[in-house]
Amino acid sequence: MTSAARGAGRFLAKPSFQTLLDAIAAEGYELVGPTIAEGAIVYDRIRRVQDLPAGWTDVQEAGQYRLKRRDDEMLFSYAVGPHSWKRFLYPASLTVYRAEQRDGTWHYTQTETPTPRYAFIGVRACELAAIAVQDRTLRDGLYADPHYVARREAALFVAVQCAEPAATCFCTSMNTGPACRGGYDLALTELPDGFVIEIGSDRGQQLVDSIDTEPLDAQRLDQARSISDDAAKKIKRRLDTEQLRERLLDNLEDSYWSDVAQRCLSCANCTLVCPTCFCVSLADVPDLRGQTVERHRTWDSCFNPDFSYMNGGLVRDDTRSRYRQWLTHKLATWHDQFGVSGCVGCGRCIAWCPVGIDLTQAAAAIGHQPASKDTQPSGD
Amino acid sequence: MTDPSHDPAVASEQGADAARGAARRWWLPRTVVIRRVHHDFPGVTTYAMQPLDADDWADYRAEAGQFNMLHLPGAGEAAISLSELPQLGDGFLWHTIRAAGNVTRGIAGLRVGDTLGVRGPFGSSWPLHACRQRDVLIVAGGIGLAPLRPAISLLLHERQRFGAMHLLYGARSPDSLLYASQFEQWEERGMAVHVTVDRSRPGWRGHVGVVPLLLERLRGFAPDNTVVFCCGPEVMMRYTIKAALGRGIPISRIWVSLERNMQCAVGLCGHCQLGPEFVCKDGPVFRYDRVARWLGIEAL
Repeated sequence: MTSAARGAGRFLAKPSFQTLLDAIAAEGYELVGPTIAEGAIVYDRIRRVQDLPAGWTDVQEAGQYRLKRRDDEMLFSYAVGPHSWKRFLYPASLTVYRAEQRDGTWHYTQTETPTPRYAFIGVRACELAAIAVQDRTLRDGLYADPHYVARREAALFVAVQCAEPAATCFCTSMNTGPACRGGYDLALTELPDGFVIEIGSDRGQQLVDSIDTEPLDAQRLDQARSISDDAAKKIKRRLDTEQLRERLLDNLEDSYWSDVAQRCLSCANCTLVCPTCFCVSLADVPDLRGQTVERHRTWDSCFNPDFSYMNGGLVRDDTRSRYRQWLTHKLATWHDQFGVSGCVGCGRCIAWCPVGIDLTQAAAAIGHQPASKDTQPSGD
Repeated sequence: MTDPSHDPAVASEQGADAARGAARRWWLPRTVVIRRVHHDFPGVTTYAMQPLDADDWADYRAEAGQFNMLHLPGAGEAAISLSELPQLGDGFLWHTIRAAGNVTRGIAGLRVGDTLGVRGPFGSSWPLHACRQRDVLIVAGGIGLAPLRPAISLLLHERQRFGAMHLLYGARSPDSLLYASQFEQWEERGMAVHVTVDRSRPGWRGHVGVVPLLLERLRGFAPDNTVVFCCGPEVMMRYTIKAALGRGIPISRIWVSLERNMQCAVGLCGHCQLGPEFVCKDGPVFRYDRVARWLGIEAL
């Protein structure tokens, strides 16, 4: 299904876009959207249309991310930056519980913080797919992360159909984009003179009803459709997912793991920019007197050596084993654990790798080089 | 050979184990009071912990092989298996702990009356039902006997349901034997206890050598009708399993308890992964054929 296929689409003229933002804010949502900071398009609090990156796009390649001026004033004509919505739904730092000592006895309380009600503006199809992956990881299992669930349920999703995918994008291989196919309250397609609006939920409908929009004419509908179709054609990077899980797990001793480890800095950038990576660590933070202790949860990474610490040693004590853990988890064992790939094809790990290691290249290489057969598992 | 990790029977059996551990507020510790402290040998201590508020603990149900997360405020949490279950031990949670890291060294400094936090129970348990009408070999190395003790207690509690029972236990020295005062009672209740040590001392009349040797020489069990529960260092378990398979015990009747870095205890922090398994949630007790493939890969 291409964008704007819904019958009940509407059109919002460019000069009226602020009315949509205002209507969302009036519902009590905290607006978060793309904005320019430190040479990148990042997600932060926004209030006005002027906060958005009008006329900017991003140029990406393995190990490269550059902002580039466009010759128009389009607001959402970029791909994705280093941030994902993970930083709002699954914060990098969180207090889980508090222990207080009274009369020599420790007492435990859950730290109650009000759940923020975010409205995410400019969510891409690959990012909706990433949130669907996190739903499986953090919400739908036997044990759920209550903080994620609360934030996720409270959030409003305003998607914007991707028009300018980057060279690092491969969502078409992962079947996650570029067109949004659900999981949003509203999906916008940006045209030079305004937005085609698709409505994905009752909440979305109410918002659209509360502002002045125009009926959608056939010409604009066609325009919107061709934007998504063109975006799909622009995506050239490929990841061959056929038998990928089996090929990776059957080649855990492939010599390519050592090759890539020669280049990998084990810096953890890829896991931090990844919209689905969920690994965290927990640590105690006591007050000065040691009478109150907070248990803090922070993002961690399988690339950090201490991540696998056990009994005075490290299970994965070299870059080769850590890169292998990351790639096989993302592309292979994620299927066993959560029934989907852990990769949505957003390309962030490729662009933000300081040495330009390309996940699609690595995945293609494993099992296609001469491997030391004698160390292969005899399993299936 | 088909991949046993996709055997639905194995998966559902272990899933059910894990489901029983799914507590309502799994992330929040509850306070316990240390009621008894028993120094097993230098560096290893067994604690009896009592819930501070019995009502708050009414939903606590643990099975043999499961673990708790112990929280010592200021030091952090450590995953420690139950070395006796509350329903078998005066309502106390029993934990046998080696002082090794920040948390366990801190706990070693606690005394009777001190409090700490406990989350749990978590993880899968020893499949006692698989032992019915079968011979049972409990194979332990060092402090690996701790998570097996609740299984021993439960099996001996219904001794007549099972065939021959043997404990094969290896320790570093005669001075580092866990629960040695219970051996005689275990023998009386129908479990043969075979102990071996790495290093002997004058007066030691038992075996000297590694645990797998005991298994190679063991008499008085029918390998094709035997269940093995094994816990110890991974290298010890690897050679034990080799010996068990060599004796003709089917691979599908061997169960192991694994250890990894655990922080959340419910499969959400990512630390404990072994291939597709979360050792905290899918384990720590696994049927061996489910994890054999992954244990064979170094640094996985």
